[in-house]
Amino acid sequence: MQHSLTTGRLPKFIDLWVALGAIAVSAIVFASFGAIGLVAGWLVVGAILYLVAIGVLSHIVEGRRKRTDRIVRGLVVVAFLLAVIPLVSTLWTVIANGAAALSWDFVFGTEHSTFDRETFDTHTVAGIWPAIVGTLIITGIAAVISIPIGLLTAVWLTEYALPSNPVRRTVTFLVDVMTGIPSIVAGLFAFALFTLIEGPGSFSGISAAIALCVLMIPTVVRSSEEMIKLVPLELREASYALGVTKWRTILKVVLRTAVAGLVTGAVLAIARVIGETAPIYIAAGYTSNLNANPGVGPMSTLAVVSYNGYAFPDQSQPDLSHAEAWGSALVLIILVVVLNLVARFIASAFAPRARR
Amino acid sequence: MTATPAAAEHRAPRNAGGPVGLAANSTSKIGDRLFLGLSTGASWLILVILAGVAIFLIIKAAPAIGADWASNDALNQTVANTPGHANFWEYAGPLLFGTVWASFLALLMGAPVAVGIALFISHYAPRRIAGVLGYLVDLLAAVPSVVFGLWGLSVITGFLGPLNQFLGEYLGWIPLFGGSISAGGGTILAGAVVLAVMILPIVTSISREIFLQTPSLHEEAALALGATRWEMIRLAVLPYARSGVISAILLGLGRALGETMAIAMIVSPKLIVSFQLLTNDNPATIASNIANQFGGANDMQRDALIATGLLLFVVSFLVNFIARWIVSRTAPGVRRVRKARAA
Repeated sequence: MQHSLTTGRLPKFIDLWVALGAIAVSAIVFASFGAIGLVAGWLVVGAILYLVAIGVLSHIVEGRRKRTDRIVRGLVVVAFLLAVIPLVSTLWTVIANGAAALSWDFVFGTEHSTFDRETFDTHTVAGIWPAIVGTLIITGIAAVISIPIGLLTAVWLTEYALPSNPVRRTVTFLVDVMTGIPSIVAGLFAFALFTLIEGPGSFSGISAAIALCVLMIPTVVRSSEEMIKLVPLELREASYALGVTKWRTILKVVLRTAVAGLVTGAVLAIARVIGETAPIYIAAGYTSNLNANPGVGPMSTLAVVSYNGYAFPDQSQPDLSHAEAWGSALVLIILVVVLNLVARFIASAFAPRARR
Repeated sequence: MTATPAAAEHRAPRNAGGPVGLAANSTSKIGDRLFLGLSTGASWLILVILAGVAIFLIIKAAPAIGADWASNDALNQTVANTPGHANFWEYAGPLLFGTVWASFLALLMGAPVAVGIALFISHYAPRRIAGVLGYLVDLLAAVPSVVFGLWGLSVITGFLGPLNQFLGEYLGWIPLFGGSISAGGGTILAGAVVLAVMILPIVTSISREIFLQTPSLHEEAALALGATRWEMIRLAVLPYARSGVISAILLGLGRALGETMAIAMIVSPKLIVSFQLLTNDNPATIASNIANQFGGANDMQRDALIATGLLLFVVSFLVNFIARWIVSRTAPGVRRVRKARAA
């Protein structure tokens, strides 16, 4: 019988060697069947082979408990790789397909038709400038409305309401639940609201902005609340001790100290809604024309153009629609990544030296 | 909890500190009241918004739910898929099934992977890169859903093609894999795979936080007694984290229920109830149905779609409510009596 205290130990990097060996064996087997192109196939079979091989090896040399430990470690690493692979694959696909469509005319032009006088040939040239304008307008309006409301709510929750206040508990709980509202439901709400006010079938930029507010406010409230709580109590107490009134304390001491975290939270909230498709499509419809007036008429955003390019492509030129979809997806991803990096930079560069 | 700023200020004696001249003058009184009013108003606005969402949806949806679908002219126009149903529930029933079925499949594939990732980042990865790895997974959350839809269309449907053929040929006798195998790949399986990728970040981040909150003394005690890393996790981490992980999974379910783009772009939908994974006849989800039909529908049909949206709102509200309630019951600091475990 093997006691775990007296069993042998496998060499130090055995996991790595067995993994490489398993993948190699699997690749050779697939190549011999002529299916080496099926990368996913031999990787998956390789992973299974690795788990079996390391299990058997460990069981023989090290005993049952260590074997289970090694297998679990392998499974957990595989799980992590299963997360990284879609991320890398998605970014790669968007960059590869979208870069082909990007050009100065594409980004700053409107979709229009050109007529070639010599060949009497008309074809449409794609342009996503209306979508970029729409994205900025709609997200801008949503941010201008949501950030003050979210901030003031967070201020009330931390500075004014006592922990025992039942309204405070209800609001916190409902804010948490609100983060889970499906985005399309927010779009339907905005559509219903404006249809009841303005009449049937009213699409507008401000309707989409209202939908985005419903999605943004809970995020802003949550992150602002966390940031305001991080400001040390001593700062407030010192301020009150000097006779400063409450609202001045909040405005000039608390918020000023937390401003880095608040800005980060706001930027992250914007980054979240800038990519929303369903609520904008429901509330603001779709148009390929430039509409800079948020009060009237459909407005498109980058995400909606992307969706439209694949879901409702121009039947005579599907490739153009697809290229438009990839191009606007790439611009959207660039925007989102830039926003995230800006938020990270602000958070780390201007973080207050508060207790964590 | 007495450490909140509001509570601390509440306890402080009112007249302490400050010469008389600095006591509240009229500007400060107005400022105080204004600020208090604005803050309180903002908080009440949250409640109003939530109530407003429910109310406006109900107002718009009521005509469609109550109408007689067989005889209603507007509902019977073929611009949308509402014709041919006896009443609202016959229309919405398969949609509800599709929503729950797709989310269930996504959860089945995504939840174990997400918990594995959370375990990896919290307990297996080297400390120095754990932060970077966590950031990588959070980056998945930042990608817009339409991009995942595009990726699913171009990569996943092609990727699953050979697998679909294989499953259909050799395991077609199982009802799940039966039916005529889709050539284009617009199957509910492909949609569920993309959906699973989309719920990974939310389940992972919450599970990771919960795993990190395990009392380190318990972990160290297990290791000191000679447990392997897996045994330590099984003994110290998982029992502590069980309800938190369940609520994380429920939050992931809530996200999957409401997801529109991935399903709308990838799955070729019909209003049916079907358990077959690999065919072109897939149940539609409420959200994807709305996205597909909304543009061309007339006003009454839009009301019907809004009614299905109301159904979705109720279901996801319930799921999120339960999940948050579980979290609030088991937050650290809440002492509960646990049954004695056999050693």
